[in-house]
Amino acid sequence: MDEIEVSLTGSGRGPRSEVLAVGGGNSCETVRSLLPRGLLNSCPAGVASCPASSCPFRSPRWPRLTLQESVLLLGPRPTPSAMEFSELIRTGRAQAKLLRGPEVPPLHGTLCVTGHHLLLLPGPQATSDLWLLLLRSVDSIEKRVSGDSGTITLRCKDLRVLQLDIEGVEATRDIARSIEALSSLESVITSFPFFYRPKGLRLGDAWHFHPPERYYKRVARETNAWRLSEVNEDFSLCPSYPRAVIVPRAVDDDALARCARFRQGGRFPVLSYHHAPSGTVLLRSSQPLTGPQKRHCAEDEELLWAVLAGARPGARGFILDTRSAQAAKQARVTGGGTEARAAYPGWKRLHRPLERGRPLQESFVRLVEACGYLEQSTDCWRSRLEACHWLGHVKEALSTACLAAQAMEREGACVLVHGAEGTDSTLLVTSLAQLILDPSSRTVAGFQELVEREWIQAGHPFQLRCAHSAFSHARPKHEAPTFLLFLDCVWQLGRQFPLSLEFGEGLLLALFEHAYASPFGTFLCSSEKERCLCEVRTRTHSLWSGLNQPKEQRKLRNPLYVPSPLAIWPSVEPQSLRLWQGLFLRWTRPNLQR
Amino acid sequence: MEHIRTTKVEQVKLLDRFSTSNKSLTGTLYLTATHLLFIDSHQKETWILHHHIALVEKLALTTSGCPLVIQCKNFRIVHFIVPRERDCHDIYNSLLQLSKQAKYEDLYAFSYNPKQNDLERLRGWQLIDLAEEYKRMGVPNSNWQLSDGNREYKICETYPRELYVPRIASKPIIVGSSKFRSKGRFPVLSYYHQNKEAAICRCSQPLSGFSARCLEDEHLLQAISKANPVNRYMYVMDTRPKLNAMANRAAGKGYENEDNYSNIRFQFVGIENIHVMRSSLQKLLEVNGTKGLSVGDFYSGLESSGWLRHIKAVMDAAIFLAKAIMVENASVLVHCSDGWDRTSQVCSLGSLLLDSYYRTIKGFMVLIEKDWISFGHKFSERCGHLDGDPKEVSPVFTQFLECVWHLTEQFPQDFEFNEAFLLQIHEHIHSCQFGNFLGNCQKEREELKLKEKTYSLWPFLLDDQKKYLNPLYSSKSPKFAVLEPNTVSFNFKFWRNMYHQFDRTLHPRQSVFNIIMNMNEQNKQLEKDIKDLESKIKQRKNKQTDGILTKELLHSVHPESPTLKTSLCFKEQTLLPVNHALRTIEGSNPADNRYSEYTEEFSKSEPGVVSLEYGVARMTC
Repeated sequence: MDEIEVSLTGSGRGPRSEVLAVGGGNSCETVRSLLPRGLLNSCPAGVASCPASSCPFRSPRWPRLTLQESVLLLGPRPTPSAMEFSELIRTGRAQAKLLRGPEVPPLHGTLCVTGHHLLLLPGPQATSDLWLLLLRSVDSIEKRVSGDSGTITLRCKDLRVLQLDIEGVEATRDIARSIEALSSLESVITSFPFFYRPKGLRLGDAWHFHPPERYYKRVARETNAWRLSEVNEDFSLCPSYPRAVIVPRAVDDDALARCARFRQGGRFPVLSYHHAPSGTVLLRSSQPLTGPQKRHCAEDEELLWAVLAGARPGARGFILDTRSAQAAKQARVTGGGTEARAAYPGWKRLHRPLERGRPLQESFVRLVEACGYLEQSTDCWRSRLEACHWLGHVKEALSTACLAAQAMEREGACVLVHGAEGTDSTLLVTSLAQLILDPSSRTVAGFQELVEREWIQAGHPFQLRCAHSAFSHARPKHEAPTFLLFLDCVWQLGRQFPLSLEFGEGLLLALFEHAYASPFGTFLCSSEKERCLCEVRTRTHSLWSGLNQPKEQRKLRNPLYVPSPLAIWPSVEPQSLRLWQGLFLRWTRPNLQR
Repeated sequence: MEHIRTTKVEQVKLLDRFSTSNKSLTGTLYLTATHLLFIDSHQKETWILHHHIALVEKLALTTSGCPLVIQCKNFRIVHFIVPRERDCHDIYNSLLQLSKQAKYEDLYAFSYNPKQNDLERLRGWQLIDLAEEYKRMGVPNSNWQLSDGNREYKICETYPRELYVPRIASKPIIVGSSKFRSKGRFPVLSYYHQNKEAAICRCSQPLSGFSARCLEDEHLLQAISKANPVNRYMYVMDTRPKLNAMANRAAGKGYENEDNYSNIRFQFVGIENIHVMRSSLQKLLEVNGTKGLSVGDFYSGLESSGWLRHIKAVMDAAIFLAKAIMVENASVLVHCSDGWDRTSQVCSLGSLLLDSYYRTIKGFMVLIEKDWISFGHKFSERCGHLDGDPKEVSPVFTQFLECVWHLTEQFPQDFEFNEAFLLQIHEHIHSCQFGNFLGNCQKEREELKLKEKTYSLWPFLLDDQKKYLNPLYSSKSPKFAVLEPNTVSFNFKFWRNMYHQFDRTLHPRQSVFNIIMNMNEQNKQLEKDIKDLESKIKQRKNKQTDGILTKELLHSVHPESPTLKTSLCFKEQTLLPVNHALRTIEGSNPADNRYSEYTEEFSKSEPGVVSLEYGVARMTC
């Protein structure tokens, strides 16, 4: 069904399916009508009216949408004129008591449900301020009714568990239903970032902090073998790559187009990191589509050959496949596969299987479950920890990244990393390897750039992977905590090298929270193409501008940071790895003294 | 010396303990009267004290030579490969002899000479004075007095000469009670809480069997509870599991019958015996010594060894004790079977929770002297100083140190000492280098004339105090600031720096601790500079005739200069020793880390490629 292509532009092909009824006619009208105007006034502080005057589809070259993409943008039931948030809100308000864990006193007051938030206005004699929860951050909701009151348990994506005691059975039911409906809205452009207008920030700020062009300039200063290609300008070659990518100078755009056809999802090999001290490079891609017939692609082979030729005379290369040799071979049946040895002289393949997808998500769910049972279990804590394998994944991810870094730094070899799609464990390995080797990525600004370049722009499908966190009862479809695993690995690095990272745990926790639910637009959508379509850059605020305010910065920095130009090689023995208590036990562990 | 046949073997290989690909260092092995010394080709020295050797094994001959594995009591494990079997055999036999001495007089302490005269030696031994310590606690007082009953070790051989008992307990009562207690260890004062006027007392199990009673013992317990003016009832803590205590009844021992004693509340706390502890540690060491250990195996091994569960049990008992005193104001009597293992653990840890003095360097020494050494914890048997019964060896004191370490982790600002201090003490309970831990009780130590023939450890630790200071310590906390640790199981972590002390590659690569120490040093220096400068200004001022001008000068300079200088200083100075040639930090090195032992894979096609290995382990004694 993904093959059905839809165009939202008036000049495009005509409507072909039901979905297209939405897109038919004037696209500006369509999108504007999607906006929940009825609700704007009831939204909480910080929300201004939507900038509906700007037409979302201005650029002359508009990417074509797949059905899946349009569903994602507009929601599964696109009856926009009728669908207003107010319809989903069954009860506006109720009297409630909020319990936020054992150490925080309960909060009494009036509970309100708005389009994007749950609010609690404390009673007149209360000293505390308004309490606010982004509905998007609710992961699962559970209600119990007894007598003439009810209890709603909200499990949030940042692993917090909240309990609301509400007066009135009907009110409880209605509020539960409202929260349920509003927290699971799938449409991107009706989500809160499109309404969030905080004071002191200007729209459009910080979106251009870390463009690939800037990174390319850095590379170009150091070497002459690479160029910035805009072959993907309209996202037609690879929907999950950004408009500009860095490729070998010796390969022209036509060759890139053929390369893209040989790689899954069009993700042809691009430069991820240039390691100046040893003159080697880190590349990433997706698997080659060799298929059962063991197809070849001359352009792809030339591209990798050009990489070695451009690095330094006699350089070798390693292809780091994040699947087992067995799995890589099996992928041929479904059209994938791996590089044939004979076709890529100078390149050698290594297999380092990393877990991804559902097993990773299950591991996360089990770990969070184990962390929730602390009080009851006294003896089997370590067995539970073992059973969820999370730290095993941390160890594997770190050691694979170390392997890539070691090959570059010590063996003077170029490294190409890919798994199957090249959007998950591939990014995990390339980003960690950079953190190990590159001192500039260990600064606050450098780390933000790394996340932006190696995760967001590189097409990690945040929208799919972070749709639900560990509490959701729904069967996981595309969810996987790959990004969280990355943050955990960074935390382990920070623990082993407490002086080497300019940022502290605070930044990692913030990234975790915002990746799952955020008032900022940075982690919205799954690729640059989708972000372009939704006009994320012009209509939402960037997380980086939020985080880079002076008062936020202070909380995120590591006071012990001492800049050092050296590589940091972590220990990956089980004895050296720790559970990230600051995240997994953040809400459950009793506050340790001081 | 008669045991040493070969003193030097060349071309010996030292294998990396965790490497799966037989990575090694080559060097020369020397055997001296006290140490085994390995000097590798980088001139790095590895010293192993003979007394630290717990186990020597000669494995089956391989093509590269004869493997010799040495396990140490400080958890160092070295794996040598000696090229000739004959040499290996000689060294093996020598080490077997040298590591297990039959007589105290052959231990290192009797030959160790730190170049001190007799006066210095004596002063060293007098550094810790227990009479002084009881005075600090506030005894003797109107309720507690010094008993001279055991002055000649007549009532109990394993107790010290000086014991504190309730003032109303007469000598016949004490003697009578001691006959009813295992090994004569009757209830005596261990710690007196001045604020609460409550006491921690200790003893051994009563010889109650199924029905025996002893009026004197009952009187003594009543005297203890009467010595507490606030609370009439007292707790009796049996630190054994109930089942063990019941089993002891069949042997004519057992526990107090609540019906026979007035005003007691009896409580079991369930700490396992020395044999369970020994095998638990053994299991733990087996797990973490595995090559290529996976995360899963590590945690399941950690869990099934039960080690951290036992640590938690000891901690819980100490917390129970501290609570009884703090919350209920009740005195507590602690015992186990003989009252020298679990009882020492619980009493000392309980006192540590209650009294901040024991959390200082000096106070911690006093605590060990009082509750462990003087009350007869059998150090020589538990640490296997002499060739004796291996069933008597048990890591009871190690557990105590680990409990203290867990407390330092939870309360980073409450301890004057740091982890290195605990590790150093652990090193020396086995080293037999100093006299403190030799022998099993005070009587035995006096017979050995340790104070004349050996040296005390404590003055040496105090001289090195700088190394053991906790930079985060805030000394302002009041004397009776009680610690209330949280014993949720995730707070009990594997003590990597103890059990992998010598496996440098497993440790964090940068030490926050060092950097804070450096900063403290710098601050001190700067403060000194300020004082110097101020005094210079004063001198100038005195010299100058026009006083008003300089006064103004002084005021304008003073307030801003310290901060200015501090910040400048930090910018100029790199706090870390870095080696640019290696492009890594503090010797963190991919070759050390065994990410995947992939070097063979790299070099398969091209044997010319030599993987760069700087594998250097800084091993210090």
